[in-house]
Amino acid sequence: MAMSEHIMSSKFYYAIWIALLCLTVITAAVSFVDLGPFNAVVALVIATVKALLVVLFFMHVKYSSEKLTKIVIVSAIFWLFLLLALSMADYGTRLLS
Amino acid sequence: MATAALTAERENYLNKEYGIRSWLLTTDHKRIALLYLASITFFFFIGGFFALLIRLELLTPAGDLVQADTYNKLFSMHGQVMIFFFLIPSIPAVLGNFLVPLMIGAKDLAFPRINLLSWYLYMIAGTIYLHCIVTGGVDTGWTFYTPFSTAFSNTKVIEAGIAIFIAGFSSILTGLNFVVTIHRMRAPGMTWSRLPLFIWAHYATSIIQLLGTPVLAITLLLVVFERAFNLGIFDPTRGGDPLLFQHLFWFYSHPAVYIMILPAMAVESEVVACFTRKRIFGYNFVAMSSIAIAVFGFLVWAHHMFVAGISLYSALVFSILSYLVAVPSAIKVFNWTATMYKGSISFTTPMLYAFGFIGLFTMGGLTGLFLACLGVDVHVHDTYFVIAHFHYIMVGGAVMGYLGGLHFWWPKISGRMYPEGWGRLAALLVFAGFNLTFFPQFLLGYMGMPRRYWQYPPEFQVLNVLSTAGSTILAIGYVLPMVYFLWSMRYGKIAEDNPWGAAGLEWKTSSPPPTFNFDEEPEVTWEAYNYEEIPAPAEVNVER
Amino acid sequence: MLSDSPVAVEQHGPELLHHFVDAEQQRDAATLGMWLFLATEIMFFGGMFCAYLIYRYWYYNEFAAGSRSLDIYLGTINTAVLICSSLTVALGVRAAQMGKRKLLVILLLLTIVFGFAFLGIKGVEWYDKYKEHHIPGPSFNVDDLVRDYPQIHIDPRHEQIYFSLYFAMTGLHALHMIIGVGLFVFLTYYAWKGRYTPKYYTPVEMGGLYWHFVDIVWIYLFPLLYLIDRHR
Repeated sequence: MAMSEHIMSSKFYYAIWIALLCLTVITAAVSFVDLGPFNAVVALVIATVKALLVVLFFMHVKYSSEKLTKIVIVSAIFWLFLLLALSMADYGTRLLS
Repeated sequence: MATAALTAERENYLNKEYGIRSWLLTTDHKRIALLYLASITFFFFIGGFFALLIRLELLTPAGDLVQADTYNKLFSMHGQVMIFFFLIPSIPAVLGNFLVPLMIGAKDLAFPRINLLSWYLYMIAGTIYLHCIVTGGVDTGWTFYTPFSTAFSNTKVIEAGIAIFIAGFSSILTGLNFVVTIHRMRAPGMTWSRLPLFIWAHYATSIIQLLGTPVLAITLLLVVFERAFNLGIFDPTRGGDPLLFQHLFWFYSHPAVYIMILPAMAVESEVVACFTRKRIFGYNFVAMSSIAIAVFGFLVWAHHMFVAGISLYSALVFSILSYLVAVPSAIKVFNWTATMYKGSISFTTPMLYAFGFIGLFTMGGLTGLFLACLGVDVHVHDTYFVIAHFHYIMVGGAVMGYLGGLHFWWPKISGRMYPEGWGRLAALLVFAGFNLTFFPQFLLGYMGMPRRYWQYPPEFQVLNVLSTAGSTILAIGYVLPMVYFLWSMRYGKIAEDNPWGAAGLEWKTSSPPPTFNFDEEPEVTWEAYNYEEIPAPAEVNVER
Repeated sequence: MLSDSPVAVEQHGPELLHHFVDAEQQRDAATLGMWLFLATEIMFFGGMFCAYLIYRYWYYNEFAAGSRSLDIYLGTINTAVLICSSLTVALGVRAAQMGKRKLLVILLLLTIVFGFAFLGIKGVEWYDKYKEHHIPGPSFNVDDLVRDYPQIHIDPRHEQIYFSLYFAMTGLHALHMIIGVGLFVFLTYYAWKGRYTPKYYTPVEMGGLYWHFVDIVWIYLFPLLYLIDRHR
């Protein structure tokens, strides 16, 4: 039931670190390219990839045998999504009334 | 010192150590529960005092007892004190804190020091709020609606907001403690399907506390910032949306009502099982319905905003969801009733409260469906119909659940029996007083009397007078237990380990329990509510 | 009582709290507790993300103008600083797992340094906003933005909402960073004292989880606040 006895190699951490730095540069650079409405989408997708790298590897969730941790994370994100989605259901449809 | 039995008193959590330091620095969940009991009782009477003034003002149609601005403060603070400083903590912080470790066979909660911190945060919050009361109070309604609260009110909005913000963290930490404890500290053999339904309901409550309260916290923080730094996030003259405040506020405050009722349902399951001497009918359904209430409760918040200006389409969605959320509650009511069928019923004080709970909660819940219907809501929104609806659930439901639970577990908590005759009398007074106070309010609301008004048309006076009369009976019903519980701590009959012949691990240890709860770690090999194996007490063990 | 028996006392060190059955239960409880706390933090910041979402939907032009007035270079550098701090944290937990006390202390100190660097750069950015009169309040003035973007209509009142959210969100984030730095000062002290061993390094792990979370919040704040409509 322990979170992770798996000790990762430091090389692996450095690799994740480099990946995160690259993605940061990419997201900043891409913002100068006109993709119309997709600028926001691309920015959020890159942010999510970065967040996943941190959660899965730096926070050891990938190697954790504990399912409950993953349930907690997914639930919290889902709950935030509920707040955003149901609020937008009002704001998105006000002009239709 | 207890004037105890002739033999030397066994060591328990109450007599293990004496002195104020041993209470104020305790990490024993049972002592912390008692610390909470004292403080929330204090705030209950503060909130009740505001209610008394409200009802006195409403005896006459004219505004003649207090000024209009003062009246606004009375109902605002009545609401905030009762909700944030009494109802939200009540059952979880008192009964939950005391019983969760006992019921699962643990020595304490997962984080005892955080438990104590929870109480101190509550006390700091309460002190700040008391200061707010005596230096001018709040008049925004308990709901802090913007832009009145941010730009126009001349009262202590920032102070009240900060107090409730801090109280919210107390609530979050309690919820966190319960979830971790229930997951990680169950005794060997205590599987999820053997847990008392009290634990399932508190688990569901804790999930709501964890996921909902932070949103209230950030919302109050934004209100405080807006007021302090003259921002315009909720200011319509600067492009802000007052409805955004309401969305964020109700995202917490609707699930909050489930924080208030689920623990009372927890008590109901335990009391009904014991005094019908049967396993709760449909255990799985009742357990799952607690979780369903916690989840669905987050999907319905905008039913508080039907006439505020949200889009009609989202109103339709929230209306349908609000009908659905009633289903799991109804499932519980059906199951408790089915449990009573062919049960061996004893009409002890806790059972009287349990009967009251089922009836009054059902009425409150059904009138909620009236409100969920868009057309009806247009007519009764912001009238006394709404006030009656939520008082039926929160007072007829939650408070009766709390009182029933206090009486049921009093022998375990204090080692003494309360006087049963007085207990039954108080229960009946509460029931009668409650109905006389709040039933007329359904009629008043339906006939059009608005809420939060300090004067009203003369044709409403008779019902208002009935309501005030009821509130005095209710008040007596509430004061009685305080008196006889205190009396019983010195003069009450000494309680046995299991005076009710109830199922549950908490009854297998002494009354009161030792500091570490059990002399030996229990190992559970039986199902929950195994009443067929437990002999009923020769007579139901009461003090006459 | 079980925990007082001599056999039990031999088997665990002073870190095992007596209400737990064993060290593994204690560690599992702490881990679940920290993840639940982070879940509450997601909802806490989430409320502001909700406000941000709605006002960006309503006042896109003002949000774009406000975003462009932020220094993208400082923002990117700050993001990199936090990523570096997450690396040192992760390596620190690993050092604790392997019992390398000196390495752990160095990495924790580096983390604190990165934390201060982040806060310092943030301070510089806020000071710039102060000089430009972009802090909501009596001296709030966005005539410069209105002037710079004549082709889109910018309402100063709506612009104020962007900056209110900017300061609220980065301010709350900075507060969490300060708390994190404080936490790590304690961790560094106890690490130096030799309290953390391969058998017991839970506080380092928990502190790490918190720090990574604060990093993740910034990973989202950066594009949302700094990268709106940059291509114009």
